[in-house]
Amino acid sequence: MSDGGVNQSRRYFLTAATAAVGAVGAAAVAVPFVKSWTPSAKAKAAGAPVKFDLSKLEPGQITTVEWRGKPVYVLRRTPAVLEDIKAQEDKLKDPESAGSIQPDYAKGPFRSIKDEFLITVGLCTHLGCAPKYRPEAGSITPDWRGGFFCPCHGSMFDLAGRVYKSVPAPTNLEIPPHFYESDSVIVIGLDGGAA
Amino acid sequence: MIKLLVGLRDWVDARLPIMRAWDTHMGKYYAPKNFNFWYFFGVLSLFVLVNQLLTGIWLTMSYVPSAEAAFASVEYIMRDVEMGWLIRYLHSTGASAFFAVVYLHMFRGLMYGSYKKPRELVWIFGMLIYLALMAEGFLGYVLPWGQMSYWGAQVIVSLFGAIPVIGPDLEQWVRGDYLISGITLNRFFALHVVAVPIILLALVVLHLLALHEVGSNNPDGIEIKKNKDANGIPKDGIAFHPYYTVHDIVGVVVFLFVFCAIVFFAPEMGGYFIEYANFEEANALKTPDHIAPVWYYTPFYAMLRATTLEWFGLSSKFWGFVVMGGAVAIFFVLPWIDRSPVKSWRYKGLATKIAIPVFAVVFLILGYLGAIPAEGTFLGMERKAAAQYLTIVYFAFFFLMPIYTSLESTKPVPERVTMR
Amino acid sequence: MKKLILACLLVMAPVAALAAGGKSCGKIECDAFDVDLHDKAALQRGAQVYMNYCMGCHALRYARYERTANDLGIPAEMVQGNLMFGDSKIGDLMQNALPDAQGKKWFGAAPPDLTLIARRRGPEWLYTYLHSFYVDPARPYGANNLVFPDVGMPHALYELQGQQVCKPAWKIAANGGIARDPVTYENLEDEHYPCGRVEHVAGTGQLTPEEYDRTVADLVSFLEYVGEPMQLERQRIGIFTMLFLLLLLIVAWMLNREYWKDVH
Repeated sequence: MSDGGVNQSRRYFLTAATAAVGAVGAAAVAVPFVKSWTPSAKAKAAGAPVKFDLSKLEPGQITTVEWRGKPVYVLRRTPAVLEDIKAQEDKLKDPESAGSIQPDYAKGPFRSIKDEFLITVGLCTHLGCAPKYRPEAGSITPDWRGGFFCPCHGSMFDLAGRVYKSVPAPTNLEIPPHFYESDSVIVIGLDGGAA
Repeated sequence: MIKLLVGLRDWVDARLPIMRAWDTHMGKYYAPKNFNFWYFFGVLSLFVLVNQLLTGIWLTMSYVPSAEAAFASVEYIMRDVEMGWLIRYLHSTGASAFFAVVYLHMFRGLMYGSYKKPRELVWIFGMLIYLALMAEGFLGYVLPWGQMSYWGAQVIVSLFGAIPVIGPDLEQWVRGDYLISGITLNRFFALHVVAVPIILLALVVLHLLALHEVGSNNPDGIEIKKNKDANGIPKDGIAFHPYYTVHDIVGVVVFLFVFCAIVFFAPEMGGYFIEYANFEEANALKTPDHIAPVWYYTPFYAMLRATTLEWFGLSSKFWGFVVMGGAVAIFFVLPWIDRSPVKSWRYKGLATKIAIPVFAVVFLILGYLGAIPAEGTFLGMERKAAAQYLTIVYFAFFFLMPIYTSLESTKPVPERVTMR
Repeated sequence: MKKLILACLLVMAPVAALAAGGKSCGKIECDAFDVDLHDKAALQRGAQVYMNYCMGCHALRYARYERTANDLGIPAEMVQGNLMFGDSKIGDLMQNALPDAQGKKWFGAAPPDLTLIARRRGPEWLYTYLHSFYVDPARPYGANNLVFPDVGMPHALYELQGQQVCKPAWKIAANGGIARDPVTYENLEDEHYPCGRVEHVAGTGQLTPEEYDRTVADLVSFLEYVGEPMQLERQRIGIFTMLFLLLLLIVAWMLNREYWKDVH
């Protein structure tokens, strides 16, 4: 077995060709293994959009709706609260919600389709605890105007789910996709256009 | 970039002998150059083992080991998990493929005397792998919790009851219940996914280490190490890498052709890879009309069923257990009952050249008889009687081996291997 | 290499031979029946029949409405309106409201889930079974079945098929065919099997025998689909896989040949 007469470049080429085709095959084999980790039909069925009838809520009342296993807060804000929300913007980290997650139709200061109803995912953007609804003024800090307070690490949010400065949470509470199926019934989990 | 990688390699090599390991097992492992296609089945076994481990780990992620949920969780994998059906079919087809390649691998050893000195330990480890594999296959078959899973487990576990004195207690201990139940399923699951695979992997490592210590046999049964060149390289040897790596890639691809054809176009394989009755959930009150184990156990199952002896006042159930166990165990002594001075059947006498094909055919027919109902006829003979005769021939192959291998006249073995 | 392929075939041959045994239909032979899973219209009709006549007792608890609707090309609204059972949601498993205990009380045995029945029994068996009900006053629901004697279930498709009665089996001639009367050329009956064949009572049932055949064919096709919903996808991916392996084989073969030029 001497190297005499061996076409090294041909060997090199064929090795590379086999390796390349083999690599494509290995990538294809990986597909089912990777795909099988995506949400299954069961998870998708459990995470299907949920409906909620807003007429059940009194002004100032909050309720929790479960969507994809997460708590979604539905809060009916009073006109006084709405006034107050606009007055506080200098204390907020991201008042325009530029760096936060929400659908385009919920970008304004109230972060909602109808000003009166806030629909937000009730999980702190810091490490995922559920912030508590604390409407009473002065209950958290002396100048507390009412909002959401996370008991885990002390993050504070206003009643539009916007985060205050000097707390651990980086961004505002997430607004899930939702739309009004009728005047009083919302569907959480779907954009209006997709329905 | 290349420099960096070489540096990393040398850094590791100074601390862990990766280069030496590569040379020992690949780059400077000299294998005989006259391997024929029978020598693919070793590497194919390894390939299927990897497939079983990978797909098995992934199946465990969605499978639920409980009597209430196991059957439904398998259908959950088949339907709701994205591409879960493919992973499951790869695993179920892989189980059958494993036995197919292992049987062919063992038959290769039988033909070319690969069990003979100095490869006795390689053979022993191989047989232990086969035993572990049989246990693994059986345990795994129970997990889908279909009718065949349940009743197969019932039949096999009942075999323990055949052991005198301790049998009935042992049987109950294995089950952990008064009948096969979710409790049994849970322990079988633990054994199938954790315990037996660890043993299997350890045995595979030992099998390969022992093989690479003594070197591979070949179709001529010639020790290539006895004939080395000036550099100490066997004259009939070629480096495993690259020659046998490129060779084995071709073998693996051809194997994949057959394997994928089954996975994608006939995953049930006509009811022999996945039995139809297993599409019905386990039901302790209703035995299926016809219970047959999966095809890879059927030769032994046929011998078990055919045993009606009641020697020494012991039950035929006990003797069936002995016959079945003996049929497997007898392979272990093969290195010592083959008294021939040569290894390969190419140079053995007429008796061996007749005995090995007859044995192979008997094994296949027993496999067929074990898969079909016990009553009825086979080639005009009562099936039970046919299985009994074949069982005798099966054992005669081994019991007579010391006689015919030492009496028959052998042909001279050439100095160098032959390429044909 | 030819040897390798040959060996693989040799290993498969006994398996294939065993597989050829097929499935039997009790005492009678199965009718021939092939399923065409590409015929979406048939599958949709089959789903409709299933929901109307079978789902009340037999759930499909491993299948989901949404998947089934998507695969069969039925719009979601139509499924919700026409096919769904009770107050189910579109992503739900196809359960029914009949508790097992209740089913056992009514029929002697709880009606089995039928998601996997086509894989368990085979489509030919189902097709034959649904053609083999006959009037038997001795049974609690007045119906018996040739393929599945003393089955607990009544003839659910009775209003469609109408009445069938049991007749003696045809007499088998020495050549394996049906024996005929030498004079009249009529088929002869075998008195040893007084009940070996069913005959439709003309004029009964909402459907003609041909329409009934088609309805059963649709239903069985649907069951075949629901038994293994990924079957078409599996075959499609399989073809790509085989083509890819062919390509890999060619390059691997050339690589092997190139290196083995060294070995003499």
